[in-house]
Amino acid sequence: MTAPTRAVRPDEDGASLRPLPWRRMAGVTWRQHRITLAGVAVLLGALAVWLWITGTPLHHASAAAAACHPASSPACQNLAGAFDASATSNVMGNKGPGGVLLQLMPALIGAFVGAPVLARELETGTFRYAWTQGFGRWRWALAKLILLAVVLAAATAAFGVLVSWYFQPYSSTGHQAPGLFETSPFGNLFGLREVTFPAWTLAAFATGALVGMLMRRVVPAIAATLAVYAGLAFATAGFLREHYLTPLVTASNSVGLPGTGTAWVISQWSTRDGRFAFAGSPPGSLVNQLCSSVPADKVGPLGFAPCLAQHGYTQWTSYQPAGRFWPFQWIEGGWLLALSALLIAATIWLVRRRAA
Amino acid sequence: MNVVEANGLGKRYGRAWALRECTLDIPAGRVAALVGPNGAGKSTLLNLAVGLSVPSAGVVTVLGGRRAGSPAALDGIAFVAQDTPLYKNLSVADMIYVTRRLNRRFDQPYAQARLDDLGIPPKRKAGKLSGGQQAQLALTLALARRPRLLVLDEPVAMLDPVARHDFMATVLAAASADGVSVLLSSHVLTELERVASYLILLFRGRVQLAGDVDDLLAAHGQASLEELALAYLRETQTSEVTR
Repeated sequence: MTAPTRAVRPDEDGASLRPLPWRRMAGVTWRQHRITLAGVAVLLGALAVWLWITGTPLHHASAAAAACHPASSPACQNLAGAFDASATSNVMGNKGPGGVLLQLMPALIGAFVGAPVLARELETGTFRYAWTQGFGRWRWALAKLILLAVVLAAATAAFGVLVSWYFQPYSSTGHQAPGLFETSPFGNLFGLREVTFPAWTLAAFATGALVGMLMRRVVPAIAATLAVYAGLAFATAGFLREHYLTPLVTASNSVGLPGTGTAWVISQWSTRDGRFAFAGSPPGSLVNQLCSSVPADKVGPLGFAPCLAQHGYTQWTSYQPAGRFWPFQWIEGGWLLALSALLIAATIWLVRRRAA
Repeated sequence: MNVVEANGLGKRYGRAWALRECTLDIPAGRVAALVGPNGAGKSTLLNLAVGLSVPSAGVVTVLGGRRAGSPAALDGIAFVAQDTPLYKNLSVADMIYVTRRLNRRFDQPYAQARLDDLGIPPKRKAGKLSGGQQAQLALTLALARRPRLLVLDEPVAMLDPVARHDFMATVLAAASADGVSVLLSSHVLTELERVASYLILLFRGRVQLAGDVDDLLAAHGQASLEELALAYLRETQTSEVTR
């Protein structure tokens, strides 16, 4: 190191001016953010208890129904019906009250922890204190953001394990035989599992840090972070996620797909003589023309598909099989982590160059 | 050695120059007072010297040629900003802890002894202290870093007369006993009368006058710092009007 050394006391130059060790920021970060982190712990703890309380009977019902023999006996049918009823009206489902609340968690945690990290310093003027200490401002900011990010990731990953445990009866193997309710693992809080929950939380946290640095006010920064997060989450769930891997396509004139019930159906369409005929369900005019002779009580779970198949229509289905759950988790986790790293890098760059 | 050297230093916010063509050498071992009316560019100059802002023009170095804001500069300068920002929700003890962890040197016995003398309880939240106590805490944290240059931005503007006196007494003690160089800004001239040995007069973003207080008083035939500054500011305003 070649710091200017003229007229400097010997203990203050040269080798002694190596940067202060990073570990010094651990206690500093803890003291400044312990109340926020305690709030996160209480929130996640309460939700974990709720998940456990509602998940335990679900697991018991599923196990009881799956173990029942013979499956066709009235007693077993009752057990299966009991599980199906509680599983379909699930409070933690995507649209249940618990599920809706859980889906807000990455945004709330990320925004309320991430946005104030820099915005509060800039709003109250304490950055003039923090950025003139010997530790150095960009190292101070980087250490804080990384430490908080790691703590949040660990807590949310642990919570994600619990979410996956909760939904395990929904897609466990061996349900086909007793006819238990099944659903795609993509369909239940996909963004709150052990990989995606920390990834989404980090993305919200990093967004909050950057927005806070840009807006310099805590409350507007939190609001803006929530808005940005909502946009990203809706775009991902609505458009992006289904394209992570090319969907499989099957020619099938029934709803029977490989791994019935647990696959994520992306789209369905029909062809005739090798040409595209219609997307989704058949138009009413076509059904009236070709299948009006099918009596209403004969229209089973397959709809008019068998009738249309007789007239040369082939139904196609593109879908993501349930076996792609983990690849999808890692793809989503990967790009969110890359995005978070990029946002944090941009924040640090701003801290370095920001003029007070 | 000069504690601050500025050469053609300028800072622009948008189109307005808050400070321009500032060339200065502030020698070590002094209490240097940066005076001028509100908006003259005092805070801008101090922020540049402590490395919080980046110059739009020119250069500023500190402590004998160290780039302002560099690790070596941060290590040797303690800055108490305007309104003495502290983490309001941290206790006094936590503020000491945080400052100690963030710096290479920290004189914990000094800090504790001074806060004892001042009757500031370590468990009290910084935000619950009186204005005078907050200023004293911020000053104590700064001095416990054993800086070679102490920079104070309008340190006593918000304080009552007793707190002002106590605060300046602490600054003076550090300057005379420990040889800390001091650079402080103020628009309250009477406050500086007793303490300043070096004067920099800023007006509308330009350095109007800089030098030893005794030399300046002799050269301009004024009896006190206040008279000197007032006379000079009036003169500058008049000459601008007539021009």
